[in-house]
Amino acid sequence: MTTEKQLNMQDSQVKPIDETRPTAPVIHVSPSPHLAQSTTSTRRMMVDVLVALVPVVAMSLFVFRGYALFQLAVCLGGSLAAELLFVKMRGRPSTLKDFSAIVTGIILAMSLPGTAPWYVGLIAAFVAVGIGKIIFGGLGMNLFNPAMVGRAFVMISFAGALAASGFEDVRSAVDAVSQATPMNAYKMNGVVAPLAHLFWGTTNGSLGETSALACLLGGLYLIVRRTVSWEIPAGLLLAVLVIGGVADLAGPADGWTVLHHILGGSLLFGAFFIATDPVTSPLTPRGKFIFGLGVGMLIMLLRLFSGYPEGVMFAVLLMNAVTPLINRWAIPVPFGEQ
Amino acid sequence: MADQPTATERLIQGILPENPVYRQLLGLCPTLAVTNSLMAAVTMAGAVGFVLLCANVIISLIRDLLKPHLRIVVFTLTIATFVTIADRLLAAYLYQMSKTLGPYIPLIIVNCIIICRCEVVASKQAPIVAAADAIGQSLGFGLALSSIAAIREILGTGALFGLRVMPALWPDWVIMVLPPGAFLTFGLLLGAINWITDKKKA
Repeated sequence: MTTEKQLNMQDSQVKPIDETRPTAPVIHVSPSPHLAQSTTSTRRMMVDVLVALVPVVAMSLFVFRGYALFQLAVCLGGSLAAELLFVKMRGRPSTLKDFSAIVTGIILAMSLPGTAPWYVGLIAAFVAVGIGKIIFGGLGMNLFNPAMVGRAFVMISFAGALAASGFEDVRSAVDAVSQATPMNAYKMNGVVAPLAHLFWGTTNGSLGETSALACLLGGLYLIVRRTVSWEIPAGLLLAVLVIGGVADLAGPADGWTVLHHILGGSLLFGAFFIATDPVTSPLTPRGKFIFGLGVGMLIMLLRLFSGYPEGVMFAVLLMNAVTPLINRWAIPVPFGEQ
Repeated sequence: MADQPTATERLIQGILPENPVYRQLLGLCPTLAVTNSLMAAVTMAGAVGFVLLCANVIISLIRDLLKPHLRIVVFTLTIATFVTIADRLLAAYLYQMSKTLGPYIPLIIVNCIIICRCEVVASKQAPIVAAADAIGQSLGFGLALSSIAAIREILGTGALFGLRVMPALWPDWVIMVLPPGAFLTFGLLLGAINWITDKKKA
């Protein structure tokens, strides 16, 4: 009697089948290693990127002061508002908690010159999140790096406001804003910036690109944390080294060496923070290396032969477009297959 | 042929329910190429409307003489005749606009909207129906072109028909008058129209 009652009790205590979980046992079929890191999540990756961006943001705040703060506020506000609005329009639950809109906003702000007027950052943020990401179906579905889509839109629309044109100002720490950017000065007048300035970041330029040191610190952190794969920056830097080296040997000795190419402009910022976007870069290690090589080659092509002083943004966007092709090309051979 | 739509139905169908650009996705080449200013878009729509009306009526009049294997040739020759007339008329009376539109006026010959209407309506129905259909389709085409052109011109130059409508502070979105602006505007409008239609159905 008691046992029967107990059994009944137990029966009644059995939880109803959880609708949200699959009812049949799920067998995961995937190549080894099977011990996947369970802590990997979109949010953890985004927090890592935010941590890595700290030196870059700090350096931009130190060099550009009020300008950097203003641009950060505009871009962050814009991308958060755009994410909120467009996700609501799609009738999906809010995705603010995965922090991807924050990362897009900060990378966008760091890629704009501090002197750009408010509407530039705002339009760029809305285009980045709306046309760059949500229209394709949200994070993970987008073909192109959202921040770069937004930047390309305003770059073509408001070329004058994006040129980081210099004027006298007292709001910045090291008189950086009053100079032309090193890339522009070289392209227009053949003026070569000292390497030390490019390394520490006391030059004019887009907010996050000036300091090679800050980009290197953030980039190394991302690679150590395995948030980004080392193959992309490696391929990119290798291509720039080789092409820059050849250009050094072949071109006129005007002092703009391969080291200037690597430390100057947004090359390191692009190599570690922009080209490495896991959504818009290939999946396999070999594919990633090819992708990096392609970005590096296009950057050098644009820098050496186009009218633009810098080519990181267009290089990344162009390689984003061929990422599906690289993915198909770089399918790894399964173990045992001839 | 009792179930063929009447003239009124053809006229109304062409404007929105079977809009040549937003519903049939035909004639996209001029839609993307000449919509950077409203004036150019209206002229283009006018030229297409003239050619479509004349070609539809002529084809409808000779529809009993058409041989199935030669009909496309007859369509093309008829269309080409009226395109040449439109092209020369524009060059004579609207020289600047003719320069602006460039090759897109001669290219009306290969505009799918016209050959599609000749095949679907004019070769099967009476001239009155064919003319009503041509007017409906032309209005639909004009509506589509002007909607895209108005957005692009206002955002890209702050003006409409060349007259400034936005405040002086308005920063021109140069990208909107360049080719990317055409693709973006067309895509977003197409999406918006699909969204509205879906909502109505639901």
